[in-house]
Order: sequence, then structure tokens, then C-alpha cells
Amino acid sequence: MTDADRAFFEQEITGLLDRLYGTALRLAKNRADAEDLVAETVTKAWANFGSLHDRQCFRGWLFRILTNTFLSECRKTEPASLEALAEAQGEPDEEPAFSLFDRLHQPFLLWWGNPEQEFLNKVLQQDLQKAVDALPEVFRVPVILCDLQGLNYQEIAETLGVPVGTVRSRLNRGRSQLQKALWQHAQEAGLKHAPAADKESFHISQTGEHHERH
Amino acid sequence: MSDIKEIGCEEALRRLFEYLDRELDGARHAEMEQHLHTCRACYSRAEFERHLKGKLGAVGKEPAPPEFELRIKNLLRRF
Repeated sequence: MTDADRAFFEQEITGLLDRLYGTALRLAKNRADAEDLVAETVTKAWANFGSLHDRQCFRGWLFRILTNTFLSECRKTEPASLEALAEAQGEPDEEPAFSLFDRLHQPFLLWWGNPEQEFLNKVLQQDLQKAVDALPEVFRVPVILCDLQGLNYQEIAETLGVPVGTVRSRLNRGRSQLQKALWQHAQEAGLKHAPAADKESFHISQTGEHHERH
Repeated sequence: MSDIKEIGCEEALRRLFEYLDRELDGARHAEMEQHLHTCRACYSRAEFERHLKGKLGAVGKEPAPPEFELRIKNLLRRF
């Protein structure tokens, strides 16, 4: 390996460290395992750097190593996860996708003006993290690869070793579950309260009624 | 004028995530764009999902703790 190779590798890893760490944290769900996962990924990447012919592909290649390292760890420690993965391959999309937008876009919530925008303004990074962490691994990994890492379906299929159709179906189901969790959270945390402008005159109850205050 | 096929709301919603994920081929992408230009309801839904996806993207980036940065720096030095 030349000095230029080493410099390139170091520069790329340093530049991608926050993203590697953030992704590892969502995969492993705890800091210690996420740190070990990134360290192992960097070590493996360096060991195999010679086999990467196109350096334009470095980022995708690196995140593939990260994901595969995570998945092989899972298979060692939790064989049940593998079962879940295999099972999910054969499962049809039995229920219609849950739409957070449709839930927010209900007449009683439209009293507020724009409940979708309200939701987007108020949802916190930690709410999203919690919702991602709560997904079963079989759906969490494709959602992380697609929405957090920006991989395309073909790249996700190659990383997971499944057909593109399976990626599409797992993404649909993962997103549906994620939106359901966010809706539940929104109900618990925010939608019970009327927005500031209206709170003098209205209280929106969970049943959708509005009551004038006297 | 081009001969972009018209699609309905049901089809647009079916394609929505593939559209946002940039997975549709040229013709299907164009049909989707045309529908979104003319349908306010689907446009609002698409914008909502786009923003939510953007917010999720930010979840994948988390500042590495300084001591961990140091661990990786030390690791790189050993290569």
C-alpha cells in the first residue's frame, strides 16, 4: 500500500466517521457495540482496500462492510434473527401500509391549519431514532440502508443477499411500522394539546371532538 | 407535447416511495411528476413523505464522541 493509498483511506474514514457512527448506532442500538462495529469495519476495510478497484465506490463499499459485519455478528449471537429474516422472505404484504399522513390529515386535526407541517416541525430526532430502533431487525436494516445511508434498492439487495423485490417489500413494511410508531408517539406527546394560537378557545380531544372553553 | 401517460391517484400512491427513492425508470418517473403537478392531494402527501425521509436521513449522522474519534485515529496510525 502506498502513502497515497494510506492518505486517501484516512481522509475518507475521517470524513465519513460521523455517518459511520450514526449508522452503527442505529444498527447496534447502543454506543459500546456501535463503536466496536465501526472499529471492526475500519479494520476490515483497510485489510481489503487493495481489492477495491474503483475508489468512487468507497462509500458504498464501506457501508456494505459495516452492514455485513453487523449482520454476521447478529447471526453469531442471535440465531433467532436469522430465522426472522428467513421467515420474512416468505411472508406476503398481508396488510395495507399505514399512512401517517392520512392519520394526520383528518378533518378534526385540520382545525389546526396544517397538522402535517405541525408534525414535521415538532418531531424530534430522538423520536425518529426511537421509532427506527423499535423496528424488527429484518425491516430496520433495509430502512437504515435506504433512508439513512441512501443506498439504492440494488445495492441493498446485494448487501443483504436478497432479490430487489424482497427489498421493496421489506422497505414498505418497515416504513409502515415506522409511521405507525410515529403516529402513536404523536398521539401520546403532541396531538392531545391544541396549538398555542388556539388554546384559549379550543381543546382537541383524542376522540376528535372540539370543545369551546368558557 | 410529450406523450406521457396519465396515471390516477391510486397508481401514484403505489409508486410514491419508489419515486422518492429515485427507483422509477424515466417514463414512470415522468408520469409520476405529471400527476403530482396536477393533483394537490398527492402532491401534499409526496411533500410530507419527502420531508419525513429527509429527517430520517439526519438520524444516520451522529457526531462521534471525541474519545471514539481518538480510538479510530490510533487505529488508523497502526495500519
